[in-house]
Amino acid sequence: MNGAHDLGGMHGFGPVVAEPNEPVFHAEWERRAFGLTLAMGAWRRWNLDMSRSAREQMAPAEYLGTSYYEHWMFGLERLLSEKGLVSPEELARVQRGEPTMFSGSVQVQEGALRPEGVPRMLQNRLAARRDNPVAPKFRVGEAVRARNIHPIGHTRVPRYVRGHRGVVAIDHGVFVFPDTHAAGEGTKPQHVYSVRFAAQELWGPGASARDSVYVDLWDDYLEAAP
Amino acid sequence: MSEHDHHHDHDHDHHHHGHGPDDPAHPHNAPLTDVQLRVRALESLLTEKGLVDPAALDALVDTYETKVGPRNGAQVVAKAWTDPAFKRRLLEDATEVLAELGFIGRQGEDMVVLENTTSVHNMVVCTLCSCYPWPVLGLPPVWYKSAPYRSRAVIDPRGVLRDFGVTLPEDVEVRVWDSTAELRYLVLPRRPEGTDGLTEEELAALVTRDAMIGTSVVRVGGPR
Repeated sequence: MNGAHDLGGMHGFGPVVAEPNEPVFHAEWERRAFGLTLAMGAWRRWNLDMSRSAREQMAPAEYLGTSYYEHWMFGLERLLSEKGLVSPEELARVQRGEPTMFSGSVQVQEGALRPEGVPRMLQNRLAARRDNPVAPKFRVGEAVRARNIHPIGHTRVPRYVRGHRGVVAIDHGVFVFPDTHAAGEGTKPQHVYSVRFAAQELWGPGASARDSVYVDLWDDYLEAAP
Repeated sequence: MSEHDHHHDHDHDHHHHGHGPDDPAHPHNAPLTDVQLRVRALESLLTEKGLVDPAALDALVDTYETKVGPRNGAQVVAKAWTDPAFKRRLLEDATEVLAELGFIGRQGEDMVVLENTTSVHNMVVCTLCSCYPWPVLGLPPVWYKSAPYRSRAVIDPRGVLRDFGVTLPEDVEVRVWDSTAELRYLVLPRRPEGTDGLTEEELAALVTRDAMIGTSVVRVGGPR
């Protein structure tokens, strides 16, 4: 979707300001939001593309006015609710900030992530790469164009390359296709390429003639541009 | 669970302040913000349902606060600077070589290493979210996830580099890599002049996180 998350090429956000000696987390709630997201992800009730898609549903003004882990919390609440793991009443309580009082008889369910499972879970290569023998549609060195498409759902072709011409620089092999994967419509495995776009092709004559942007794009995002 | 009476009259109009609302410098008795209360409420709900074990959350957090971070990537860079055969393999098949070192896994399943040279400078961004190579660099800094970086890196990479105090000569080619898929990129920065006698360990100490993202370069005399 053409959401506020698709930021490449926008103006007006000001300089990049790095924080010296930045801590990994800036607040305890960020630690918990991070942990909750990964721990709930371990249930495998949704995939990474669904997580990204959920965060992208945030209204544009809210997305731009909130921080990274607030995006994560928005996405997690949405997924929990969509999958029926949290009822509408429970979600409303959470959003009002009302904690659940412990009943005293809580059993961690079988299948929940436990501390001893964390190293294995993080090393588990749950890759989006697939072994399917899918033929590439394009060859390294071939001229391609990013299709001028505007999917309403999740997609990974950024707006700033759509309609622009590039050259296939690297064929990375076969990967799950995010657009269908996020929608629960299958993995549709296909090749992913790093496509080189000249800076002037994307940004006009004011850009450097030497510079370029490499964008990782799936077969379905591309068409031949002989 | 702390008392939350002060929250009852809250008008819920969601004034999100974004960055570090419970900064340690902030007094401890300050009212909890909306987001703090929400995260706390969600954790208590999911714990009560038996869906999460809070100890697993602690272990996840501890992993990225104390075990996995940019020192991993710095070791790889220093080794590549001192061992030409390793560097060749790293550039050819980063995933395999990093797996051998144990620097593989979540958000680093498929890795590509990009070499900076006197003629090419690589820089990595994720304009659509904040994809970042966790096993070698840890979790991304706030600026990497922020709108200024995600918007400008692709349209004005030289301007972003200037924000980091780096001015590249015009004849150096800048290649920006937008991590839109599941490939994760690590920049192999240039080894600085005057480091011939240094050990691998001493070299690793010079390598900064930002140089491995490509928004900075490695300098002798310590990280900036």
